Amino acid sequence: MTNFSYFRPGDLNSAIGDLITHEGAKFIAGGTNLLDLMKENVERPARLVDINQLSFNSIEETEGGGLRLGALMTNADTAYHENVQNRYPLLSHAILAGASAQLRNMATNGGNLFQRTRCYYFYDLATPCNKREPGSGCGAIRGFNRIHAILGTSDQKPETACIATHPSDMCVALAALDAVVRVTGLAGERTIPFADFHRLPGDEPWRDNTINPGELVTAIDLPAKGFPQYYAYIKLRDRASYAFALVSVAVALEIENNRITDARIALGGVAHKPWRKPDAEAMLIGQAVSVADFQSVAEALTEGAKGYGHNTFKIELAKRAIVRALQQAAKLEPTP
Amino acid sequence: MVSILGILTMQTTLSPESGVRPKNTLPEKNTVTLTINGSVHQLELAPWTTLLDALREYLHLTGTKKGCDHGQCGACTVLVDGKRINSCLTLAVMKQDTEILTIEGLAGENGLHPLQTAFIEHDAYQCGYCTPGQICSAVGMINEGHAKTTDDIRELMSGNICRCGAYPHIVDAIEEVMQLDSNA
Ligand SMILES: Cc1cc2nc3c(=O)[nH]c(=O)nc-3n(C[C@H](O)[C@H](O)[C@H](O)COP(=O)(O)OP(=O)(O)OC[C@H]3O[C@@H](n4cnc5c(N)ncnc54)[C@H](O)[C@@H]3O)c2cc1C
Ligand code: SF4
Ligand code: FES
Ligand code: FES
Repeated sequence: MTNFSYFRPGDLNSAIGDLITHEGAKFIAGGTNLLDLMKENVERPARLVDINQLSFNSIEETEGGGLRLGALMTNADTAYHENVQNRYPLLSHAILAGASAQLRNMATNGGNLFQRTRCYYFYDLATPCNKREPGSGCGAIRGFNRIHAILGTSDQKPETACIATHPSDMCVALAALDAVVRVTGLAGERTIPFADFHRLPGDEPWRDNTINPGELVTAIDLPAKGFPQYYAYIKLRDRASYAFALVSVAVALEIENNRITDARIALGGVAHKPWRKPDAEAMLIGQAVSVADFQSVAEALTEGAKGYGHNTFKIELAKRAIVRALQQAAKLEPTP
Repeated sequence: MVSILGILTMQTTLSPESGVRPKNTLPEKNTVTLTINGSVHQLELAPWTTLLDALREYLHLTGTKKGCDHGQCGACTVLVDGKRINSCLTLAVMKQDTEILTIEGLAGENGLHPLQTAFIEHDAYQCGYCTPGQICSAVGMINEGHAKTTDDIRELMSGNICRCGAYPHIVDAIEEVMQLDSNA
């Protein structure tokens, strides 16, 4: 870890002000991702602005009938919150599928959005990585890429190639729920629909998201519709707990008289951001619950998927996981 | 612990690409006040000192173990305001206004904590390296109150790796303290 100075502001304005007046400064919340990366020298902030004193650590009702999750609320307190468990069980399940109890007690909702890829080459300073060092190349594309992306990758030009995945479980559920991220910067407050918060690597794989320097996430808004009845989160990984997803699927359905009236499907572990495809979801609307339809949707959702060798198994795995998650959500299969 | 020399070498070997860091960068140490096992300690610490290093290297509370230093094993588990966390992934300076409980603080006037006794009775360890973390984690899990079944215990204790594979006895010891019927 390189040395840095430390500041603990008491309010939002001094947090943002301090961050932009100090070059190389970074916010720290739970610290579970940032300190890990600092120990590896992947992140080398000159100053840490500890935002834990700020007051964004509650869950409140929104005017629209949804919930506002404070950015500094821990993942554990969020997942076990009565209103989240009852009204957004998909989110609760996804959070509890991630990391360990200790880490969930530290990790914050804001920090979870910003967690960086677990690509081994990103962590290994001895290898090229466009995300860590723009233009240096991608170690993973011809390397060991078992955990890497199959959808939305950037693989045409060596200097912008990146097949990293976003590792979060919580974000997969937030994507399915159409959450909205609230941020505040010098220019004031703005909201970002969840689908626009993270980005695909494209020509700038070093950019994980669409946040501007100095902007702070204050909350995540959940819309009123929580899909408490028909939902499933499936996470497939190398061991049963305390491991990142190889593939995960969040499904939220609305079913009336055995007909599907709303459908959301988000995939984790397969792309640089939670993967959604509204036209694939639309195939289910108005249809009776049927496994054959689920299979067509799985094909549509993974259309264009591409393997890079070690991760090619993910294509078939994702399809099967989508079908199974849809079956579970529609209660065709008992949830384990 | 990083020595002054260590810091200087690190600085000179790091790529200067980070022109962001001011030249004279050995930052002053801060006085950090920590409340551990009920007593207050004042330490002069550089800001990058993790809570784990503060405990082990500065306070010589070496019951808390460093396994991986990256949040991947749970050996460093301590309780902060009653909640279990990985002390390797937080800074000492960030935990000043909290109550920290380590394995050294679990035993009371009447002897060992029931979980400590149960670990001994059930032979819930081999080398013992993960044990302080396992016990602190189990205390935290019981405080949290979400474990109702044996499977819940396994899942909610998954943040503590035991390389000796003592898991069955660890679960037995915790079940006994929780008074779960292990045959249920
Ligand atoms: C061993 C291990 C296993 C894990 N397994 C999983 C898993 O299975 N699933 C999963 O989803 N996650 C997993 N995680 C990741 C964990 O969920 C994240 O590290 C955590 O959510 C990050 O939150 P934090 O508050 O600790 O962020 P920090 O480490 O404090 O911050 C991360 C980044 O976010 C920025 N930041 C934080 N808060 C804000 C804010 N409010 N506004 C703007 N910027 C902000 C910081 O500047 C920093 O760059 C694992 C982590 C570890 C160490
Ligand atoms: S996949 Fe992305 S993060 Fe991994 S080495 Fe390639 S460029 Fe870096
Ligand atoms: S030493 Fe902290 S989790 Fe391994
Ligand atoms: S007893 Fe040896 S690691 Fe658990």
